[in-house]
Amino acid sequence: MTALLEVREVSVQFDGVRALDTVSFAVAEGELVGLIGPNGAGKTTCLRAITGALRPASGRVLLDGRDLTGLPPHARVRLGLGLSQQLVRPFRSMTVAENVMLAAGLARTARPLRALVQNDRGCERARALELLRRVGIEDAAAARPATLPLGVLKRLEVARALALAPRLLLLDEPLAGLNSAEARALADTIAALNADDGLTVVLIEHNLAEVLRSCRRLVVLDNGVRIAEGAPQAVMADPAVRVAYLGEDPDHAAA
Amino acid sequence: MGAYELSLVTLVGINVILALSLNLITGFCGQISLGHAAFYGTGAYACALISQAGLPFYAGLAVGGLVAGAVGLVVGLASLRVRHDFLAITTMGVGFLFLGIVRQQEPLGGEIGLTIAAGHGLGGLGFALFVAALAAATVWFSLYVKRSWMGFSFDAVADDEDTARLVGIDVARYKLTAFALGTALAGVAGGLYTQYSGIIVPDAFGFVVSITILAMVVVGGIGSTFGVLGATVVLTLLPLVFQFIDDYKLLLYGGLLFIVMRFFPGGLAELLRRARPARRSP
Repeated sequence: MTALLEVREVSVQFDGVRALDTVSFAVAEGELVGLIGPNGAGKTTCLRAITGALRPASGRVLLDGRDLTGLPPHARVRLGLGLSQQLVRPFRSMTVAENVMLAAGLARTARPLRALVQNDRGCERARALELLRRVGIEDAAAARPATLPLGVLKRLEVARALALAPRLLLLDEPLAGLNSAEARALADTIAALNADDGLTVVLIEHNLAEVLRSCRRLVVLDNGVRIAEGAPQAVMADPAVRVAYLGEDPDHAAA
Repeated sequence: MGAYELSLVTLVGINVILALSLNLITGFCGQISLGHAAFYGTGAYACALISQAGLPFYAGLAVGGLVAGAVGLVVGLASLRVRHDFLAITTMGVGFLFLGIVRQQEPLGGEIGLTIAAGHGLGGLGFALFVAALAAATVWFSLYVKRSWMGFSFDAVADDEDTARLVGIDVARYKLTAFALGTALAGVAGGLYTQYSGIIVPDAFGFVVSITILAMVVVGGIGSTFGVLGATVVLTLLPLVFQFIDDYKLLLYGGLLFIVMRFFPGGLAELLRRARPARRSP
């Protein structure tokens, strides 16, 4: 198994608090991996260490064997990372379609002076509309983000990340804020992107039902430590995971 | 057209280039500058020195633009390390630094300033047309940049730097490009001003001038090329038509900046946009 993403003994320190403690895991090309754990487990911190938004105290992140340590976020994006954030951050001065178009124009925006001599947006517009359709918000294409509900903005985040044509898609709670029908539809879309298009995905999600339905492998974090890894059923049966989620030993809780 | 009208056209043209050059940095790329007059001055002094060296006027313009752009690049590098509010202070500092240096330098004429050695040789009408053509080219360039992928990326940087990085945009590189382009254009405007005025003194590039340029951009509507164009024409001519305004320039422009920022952040461009549908309805 060749790992597309390798997280090697990554530790992150916040003002003396260890948010991540020597966490390691790997994701193979074509996998759909769920990164789960209770609130404050360090899932988002882990994602931020992968994208370069924060600098780990120690450890390495490799994408397809290439060491990303020290690279700024935009360079990591250009190497094939796509992130859909938990807290939506649309460009508020742009329409929904423009948000996605800019990401789709990744090849055009690499260098400012090359960007200056290009002004055709037709191809990116078509791609953006296609992606908006795929996540089910094509009706909002011309709208400004300020006027839209969270459920639409969450899907805009996903569409924008997809527009980068990433090799590895990182999704931080893409289903939060969606109603159950929307959540199910987006989870299906994500599963289809993985199954049909072969896109490698790391999914952070609190909606365990959808995680268990879509992911074939889970990595569980608790208090900044990786406590379990493996097939969903095995992981969810793991006593350590149950303790982490229920806050105490399930046998004692039942008693 | 008489000599006075021609000089008005020339001055308006120079200010249009100057205001649009700041609009590139502040309007398009979202980087505030309270010291833009320093780059205007850099171009002006460079052009005067070139003229004293006996080189033609066009060479002075080119050198003025290049030198100002190079200084702008250095200031831009410094700006990468500071956040928005501190950038205002930093650029204001650059403005005062420029004045401080120029005032103390014998080769730059100190307080007395510099006089050009050779004129442009175009005549009043020729020079006015030349400046107007450059101003028109700057308007065209602004509109073009806005439509290009560079302008698209600037939009992202101005909107949200962190998110811009997430769509692969090298924020630092784009900011530097905006600074270099904007300050180089300001340098060209400075070179034109040197030729227009024949003599330059440090005060022509002081804080009031920086604020005046910023007022043109803000009143016109940050980022709107036509808005800034309109505001520049009005704010350039106003003090000339009503002489008394000249004495209260800082008060007027400072007040305008405050009022527009507080009550109409979109400036003239936004007001016009809002007025348009209202006019259509019966």
